[in-house]
Amino acid sequence: MAQKVVEAYETGSGAGKNAPFVPIVHESLDLQADRLLPSQSNPFDINGGACVAMVGKDCVAIACDLRLGMQSLTISNNFPKIFNYAPSTYLGLTGLATDVNTVSDLFRYKVNMYRLREERDIAPQTLANLVSSSLYEKRFGPYFVSPVLAGINPTTGKPFICGFDSIGCIDFAKDFIVSGTASDQLFGTCEGLWEPDLAPEDLFETISQALLSAVDRDALSGWGAQVYIIEKDKVTQRLLKGRQD
Amino acid sequence: MPGFDFTNYNRNAALHARGVPLPKATSTGTTIVGCVYDKGVVIAADTRATSGPIVADKNCEKLHYIAPKIWCAGAGTAADTEFTTALISSNVELHSLSTGRDPRVITCMTMLKQHLFRYQGHIGAYLVVAGVDPTGTGLYTVHAHGSTDKLPYVTMGSGSLAAMSVFESTWRPDLDRQGAIDICAEAIKAGIFNDLGSGSNVDVCVIEKDQPTQLLRNYMKPNERPQKERNYRFPRGTTAYLDQRVISKEDMKKYVTIETLSGDDNLATGDSMEVDT
Repeated sequence: MAQKVVEAYETGSGAGKNAPFVPIVHESLDLQADRLLPSQSNPFDINGGACVAMVGKDCVAIACDLRLGMQSLTISNNFPKIFNYAPSTYLGLTGLATDVNTVSDLFRYKVNMYRLREERDIAPQTLANLVSSSLYEKRFGPYFVSPVLAGINPTTGKPFICGFDSIGCIDFAKDFIVSGTASDQLFGTCEGLWEPDLAPEDLFETISQALLSAVDRDALSGWGAQVYIIEKDKVTQRLLKGRQD
Repeated sequence: MPGFDFTNYNRNAALHARGVPLPKATSTGTTIVGCVYDKGVVIAADTRATSGPIVADKNCEKLHYIAPKIWCAGAGTAADTEFTTALISSNVELHSLSTGRDPRVITCMTMLKQHLFRYQGHIGAYLVVAGVDPTGTGLYTVHAHGSTDKLPYVTMGSGSLAAMSVFESTWRPDLDRQGAIDICAEAIKAGIFNDLGSGSNVDVCVIEKDQPTQLLRNYMKPNERPQKERNYRFPRGTTAYLDQRVISKEDMKKYVTIETLSGDDNLATGDSMEVDT
């Protein structure tokens, strides 16, 4: 039963924009198993998710959404993307969920080994270089993740944030770092809302509103959010009330 | 030399074969330039990093250290310029330690081109290498495929045409230090304003014989954003939250434990290591 099926895939936002519009032709219906793989979609956009970090006065904040999806189908609304690696060092990972899990576990292993070797906690700057080298090691077969790091240096007490691309190029920023499917929106909200020297409580409001506004304009992110406000000797974790659509 | 790990390569290649596009890396759609003068050499760069049409970093550093008197400006894939220069810097240091001589610019350029040629252009680093050494002043460009050039003034990156137009119209062979800095800064500004891939500030590095190298970070800031006249600060309590957990310093120890052992005599200790004095 060789029936020809011509399908025109909708090119959504993001990477599809630049891809030429090519209708996919299946030789027979039997080959539709191919469709189990979401073809023509960017691995960064399959599961969705957003993450943002901001610097305040003697504090930093990092926030992420909670959605895990497969294209337009939401699988879970409890998939946090921020991981803790030292008392005041947190790493947010957005991108392909399988790689988010793999990479977060990999760094848990590497940071544990570091702590055993050095008998001290890893500093955010050190973790940044560890993340960078670990990702660049896979330059020709990268993990599909865009990490965001936020923390306070345990010795200097200075706030530190940075972001990475999937092959480990570090983006040192003095203001904020964004990543995920809502990164374009986050760039806009953060550029508009962020200001220097925000106190922890004000920073919470700013980062929360920036994230909530951004994910409300991204179909692939949202479904609640988690915020960490990191101060010298206190970390406050809050679960935000967000839209569930 | 740098052990690349290809474990994900087959997975990603299979994905790519089924129409999945390759990840977007941060690229430095850049303007970088270099120019020699009577006593040394100047290199300069803009400070914009882009990811597609998005400005990823407004003030990144594209001037990389190789050796105290050899510096490198990088364009192309940002991670590649960063790691390639760091690798060569490391090998240049070891080489100069083993030979007991100051490193030469041509040595560094050759190491870079041989490394990049081995990877057949897959390492997307486009570099301007500059410095002074016992043989004199050196200024080279190195392309990702391994080809090199040696010229008195060079430009690279997406803003290279805009920058070159400045050199071609105003360069003179008898430039002094300030003249070289001025012409390089002007060339970068041509890139900043006329090339979309370049922007923000001008970084300059001046390398001169018998003079400490000067890295003039943000030598010019022609695009400073004025302070906001008003703010969008939210009143505290704006954001509704369902739950909160406060992790105090004491609680942190629940997740991470570090015990400092006292230096008691009953602890088993090994002999102390012999150290040359």
